[in-house]
Amino acid sequence: MRRPSSGRRFSVSRLKQIGLAYCFLVPTLAVMGLFIFFPVVQAFRLSLYDYVPLMRKDYVGLENFYRLFHDPIFWTSLTNSIKYLVVVPIIIVLSLGLAMLVEPQLRRMNFFRACYFIPVVTSMVVVGITWKIIFHEDYGLFNHILMKMGLIDNGIPWLNSMGLALYTVMSVTIWKGLGYYMVIFIAGLRSIPPQLIEAAMIDGAKKWQQALYVKIPMLWPYISLVAIISSISALQVFEEIFVMTMGKPLWSSSTLVFHLYRVGIDQEGGQNMGYATAMGVVLFMLLLTFTAIGIRLMQRREYRAS
Amino acid sequence: MRAIASAGAGRQPLYSKGKPPWRTGALAIVGLLLRYVAMCAIAVLMIGPFYWLLVLSFRGGGNIYSFRLIPEQITFHNFIYAWTAAGLGISFLNSVIVGVASVGLNLLLASLAAYPLARLTFPGRTLIFYIILSTLMIPFQLYMIPLLLLCIRIGISNTLVGVYLPFSVGAFGVYLIKQYYHTIPKDLEEAARVDGAGEFTIWWRIMFPLTKPALATLAIFVFVFSWSNFLWPLIILNDQGKFTLPVAIAKLIGVFVDKTHYLAAGSVITIVPVIVLFLFLQRLFIGGLTLGAVKG
Repeated sequence: MRRPSSGRRFSVSRLKQIGLAYCFLVPTLAVMGLFIFFPVVQAFRLSLYDYVPLMRKDYVGLENFYRLFHDPIFWTSLTNSIKYLVVVPIIIVLSLGLAMLVEPQLRRMNFFRACYFIPVVTSMVVVGITWKIIFHEDYGLFNHILMKMGLIDNGIPWLNSMGLALYTVMSVTIWKGLGYYMVIFIAGLRSIPPQLIEAAMIDGAKKWQQALYVKIPMLWPYISLVAIISSISALQVFEEIFVMTMGKPLWSSSTLVFHLYRVGIDQEGGQNMGYATAMGVVLFMLLLTFTAIGIRLMQRREYRAS
Repeated sequence: MRAIASAGAGRQPLYSKGKPPWRTGALAIVGLLLRYVAMCAIAVLMIGPFYWLLVLSFRGGGNIYSFRLIPEQITFHNFIYAWTAAGLGISFLNSVIVGVASVGLNLLLASLAAYPLARLTFPGRTLIFYIILSTLMIPFQLYMIPLLLLCIRIGISNTLVGVYLPFSVGAFGVYLIKQYYHTIPKDLEEAARVDGAGEFTIWWRIMFPLTKPALATLAIFVFVFSWSNFLWPLIILNDQGKFTLPVAIAKLIGVFVDKTHYLAAGSVITIVPVIVLFLFLQRLFIGGLTLGAVKG
């Protein structure tokens, strides 16, 4: 007699609890549903349309993708975005080196960490402007220093030559990110059990041997994490390009997202939103592939280690 | 084996690697010195560009070919011009509004959503958590154009609300607060529950105040993100009077092509608030960063 009634009371309060739980979640789910998931679904739909606002909206199937693969500027931009991945190994080496340099000294000193971290918290627009001024061909500080040192006779057009512009922008991306990745690696270095280092010392391992054979293998999860994060952001580079080169000269420094912006949003680029969104779909696929590779890499090495 | 063998064979104390103590000491000092020199050099490389920006922002417009590291005369004219004539004062206010609203909404929504995910049991909990986390995998550029069309349709394009509302909650925030909730002992809630408090009361009176450190971390992150967010405000705002700082300053690049002192002054105005905030709250910021990056 008692059990069913208590069971029912339990289920009523249980239902109430479930309802309450969803009450807490409703605002977040509503925002994400409306401003992320709905537009994502729309994006896949829109990529099948030839859509220029106020002009035309025609269903064209996969033609946008077909057009993409015959668009030379798209190919240049895609190639540049892939080239941009060069920053990943450079970032890993430099920020890991920086972390190892700074870590033992950092216990009581926040000054250096703050210095290295300031570029991370400043907006990319301002960072881009700063370096654009410094890299200016005629009155930039960088060329001036190089000339003073006698390394060059005439100013180098860092941001204004077909071969150089993209790499100059890359150097700014690396410069801005170093502090961020350094902090990740410092956390990684601190997670290594000190007994391991001590054991290596007892075995007579020198400093560089400790770094190469103990620290770096132990840091593998952190290295793959940095590889994933930095390659994702390298493939999404936009602000640097927008501020420093605008894709010039002759689209030689255009990237995937910059081309997407120019074609889809910019008045001069034609504002073909369907076509631009198709590019977004390509970007999404690319990012998924790289993340999958990164995660696989992370797991494989961990498996081997165990 | 090797450890035992070497420890047994060598009579010298451990760690000294067979060198006489004075040499180890001298080497250590030289090593430390080199380390500091390298650290200082890198610090100059990281801070130098901003110093140069500051120098330019204090300089008169005439001498663009001057490379003196200390400006001959200091003028605040550039700042006044950038703030008033170039319209950065209004943009500054816009950025503050967007930043504050963004922080408020993120704190509220994230801690609301994290509470049931951390503390209540209900069907679909894991699924919902994964759905929230899945948003981390979606690049913004994939859906920004449909999002723009949506904002136009619901009438929030070209408004500040349109800038911050789509970013009013994020997976990182929910995750951060959820992790923090797990560290709070359950006894507190149980006691409140016995006293007859409802879940909302428990959340508002007990959980929300106890998560202050996590909320502070999230607040800084959201503010810094919002302050430097560029692509979305760039596409959703049309009127100069509505621009946030990064958009306003980016639009000035073309205007001030050969007037870098104005551009530099505007840039300094843009970055100073965030740098000051960061210097004061460094520990919170970097602590939260490693938490989010490593466990996320």
